[in-house]
Amino acid sequence: MTHQTRDLSLEALSRVEGEGAMHVVIDGKTVTDLRLQIYEPPRFFEAFLRGRAYTEPPDITARICGICPVAYQMSACQAIESACGVVVDEPLRALRRLLYCGEWIESHVLHIYLLHAPDFLGAGSALELAREHRDVVERALRLKKVGNHIMDVVGGRSVHPVNVRVGGFYRVPTLSELRGLLDELRWARDAALETVRWVSTFTFPDLEVAHEMVALRHPSEYAVVDGRVASDRGLDIPVDAFLDHFEEEHVAHSTALHAHRKGGGRYLVGPLARYTVNHDRLPALAREAAADAGLGPECRNPFRSIVVRAVETLAACDDAIGLIEGYEEPERPAVPVEPRAGVGHGITEAPRGLLYHRYELDEDGAVLSAVIVPPTAQNQDAIESDLRRVVVENLGLRDSALQHLCEEAIRNYDPCISCSAHFLDVTVERR
Amino acid sequence: MQSTRRPKLAVWKFGSCDGCQLSLLNCEDELLTLAGAVEIAYFLEASTAVTEGPYDLSLVEGSVTTPHDAERIQEVRATSRHLVAIGACATAGGIQALRNLADVGEMTRTVYAHPDYISTLESSTPIAAHVPVDFELRGCPVSRHQLLEVVSAFLAGRKPLVPAYSVCQECKRRGNVCVTVAHGTPCLGPVTQAGCGAICPSFHRGCYGCFGPTETPNTAALSDVLRSCGMSGPELVRIFRTYNTGAPAFAAASAAAEKRGGPR
Repeated sequence: MTHQTRDLSLEALSRVEGEGAMHVVIDGKTVTDLRLQIYEPPRFFEAFLRGRAYTEPPDITARICGICPVAYQMSACQAIESACGVVVDEPLRALRRLLYCGEWIESHVLHIYLLHAPDFLGAGSALELAREHRDVVERALRLKKVGNHIMDVVGGRSVHPVNVRVGGFYRVPTLSELRGLLDELRWARDAALETVRWVSTFTFPDLEVAHEMVALRHPSEYAVVDGRVASDRGLDIPVDAFLDHFEEEHVAHSTALHAHRKGGGRYLVGPLARYTVNHDRLPALAREAAADAGLGPECRNPFRSIVVRAVETLAACDDAIGLIEGYEEPERPAVPVEPRAGVGHGITEAPRGLLYHRYELDEDGAVLSAVIVPPTAQNQDAIESDLRRVVVENLGLRDSALQHLCEEAIRNYDPCISCSAHFLDVTVERR
Repeated sequence: MQSTRRPKLAVWKFGSCDGCQLSLLNCEDELLTLAGAVEIAYFLEASTAVTEGPYDLSLVEGSVTTPHDAERIQEVRATSRHLVAIGACATAGGIQALRNLADVGEMTRTVYAHPDYISTLESSTPIAAHVPVDFELRGCPVSRHQLLEVVSAFLAGRKPLVPAYSVCQECKRRGNVCVTVAHGTPCLGPVTQAGCGAICPSFHRGCYGCFGPTETPNTAALSDVLRSCGMSGPELVRIFRTYNTGAPAFAAASAAAEKRGGPR
């Protein structure tokens, strides 16, 4: 065996949201250092939320992420409503879920087709893919547009929707506005099913991870807008106990905080975790499609997350259709929310995993403190762990192939570095 | 197939949420046409393929908030024939420009356990504070229709057709009932630049100024109207201190409201 020194540098990891860097040092057959560095310039949201009115965090925190603004709005609303002792009417909750379906479809389709699929097909981008498979890319864009259209109709626009407020909405959509979405959504449901079949034909590297899978769980739904925090190892806690079980640590190489399960365990949020925790809550159509695509009741291979995202896209289309078919215009667009002194917690399922907000309010409703735990920060430790295994198990690969595999392993998590971070510079050094 | 060289388009990110560059990918009906008309030479969020500069048109998202980014924007300018700043971060410093009014050291200690790991500037500044900018497209986020118009205009060598008038004009054209006149809802429409399509009033909500100040905004007169709608002094300060807090007209309006005070 040769004890070789190789230095692999990759200027920038692309097809992720935001910018960061990865540094790997290999000494012979040992990985001596491995860090996913997050360079996203700090934007200090938690600091400047202090002193704002309790009505403001949904709009302000939406600006943390242009790809999942609804997730921020929904977690913020839930936390503030909880602090004020308010529960929204069921029809308003259903409308929130519909808006969220739009974001899931838009975000998942973006990742599946534009960011992730090119890895499996040896293309540099979806635009490159379009040269040979124009029909596939056209399907992707039309499907993505359906998600954006839901957000336009329910939220006013797809990036930073304007219609969400603490207590509900400013104006609820009319029945005819929503029915106008149905034809495209029925097409979208078929296209999502096609998507599940399409991605299931890809070749997936072997990798089974043992991380604890953590997701919201709801008594009857595939949890999105609310639920209890559950895991595949029996965790079952209310949302307001989140910080009793999970903690964040600030490490030197990242502007995102690393989250851990108290007691030291590594955990995972996002599609794999949701699927594994909530497989029995998927609509029948999505469960069957998953089985046909070769997924069992749990999925522990991050490379297969693209299949899970497709299954979730199908579930979101199906859910949206049901919500619109059952829609009756709510009697009021919002429940009145009077401020009071207290603390509130909110967790919803952002496309990339559970997103936690906590606000402390004074008696006039001014924000005294805010804590936000985005999904990518929670997954950072798991991503580093996967990278380490990918490197160790594939030392025989040529440098360029190993680099590529590392990038793919990062993209498996659809890391939203904007939520926490800048560009991913992959450096692999071999000594 | 192409006998003439296609113009090279680059998309750059600075401190931001990614929402403005996502707006380009949200042009679902036009994206493939656009990709045929230009060479997407640098767009890391969408493509691994990178072509060396210089670029004919650079779209720049985000504000400058770190020493590294202050250097990087110089490099981007040097390699770009035309540079267009897109969105409230790039044109006014964004919501993160709220730090300009605060003690950044204290903010860092609030958010991070080890402030010494964090490298950041005292202020968040727009691209034009660092390099010459050929056009500024407003909005938090930008309108995808306006974004396409700007790209088309630069490709055709003409001035972008982006009106500088207020949201009120769009709102009237949309046939909305004025939320302030009819319902007494505070609305920044009269002092905010058009471009969004007057979405908020269409949803029975007052405009919150995410496209920044219009040309010659009369914020003093509007502030009196907002107070008569029941807005308190601190609320008035805050409504001008959001996504375009660094835009001079909004900064002046919030400072004036702060100076005048008023009941909470």
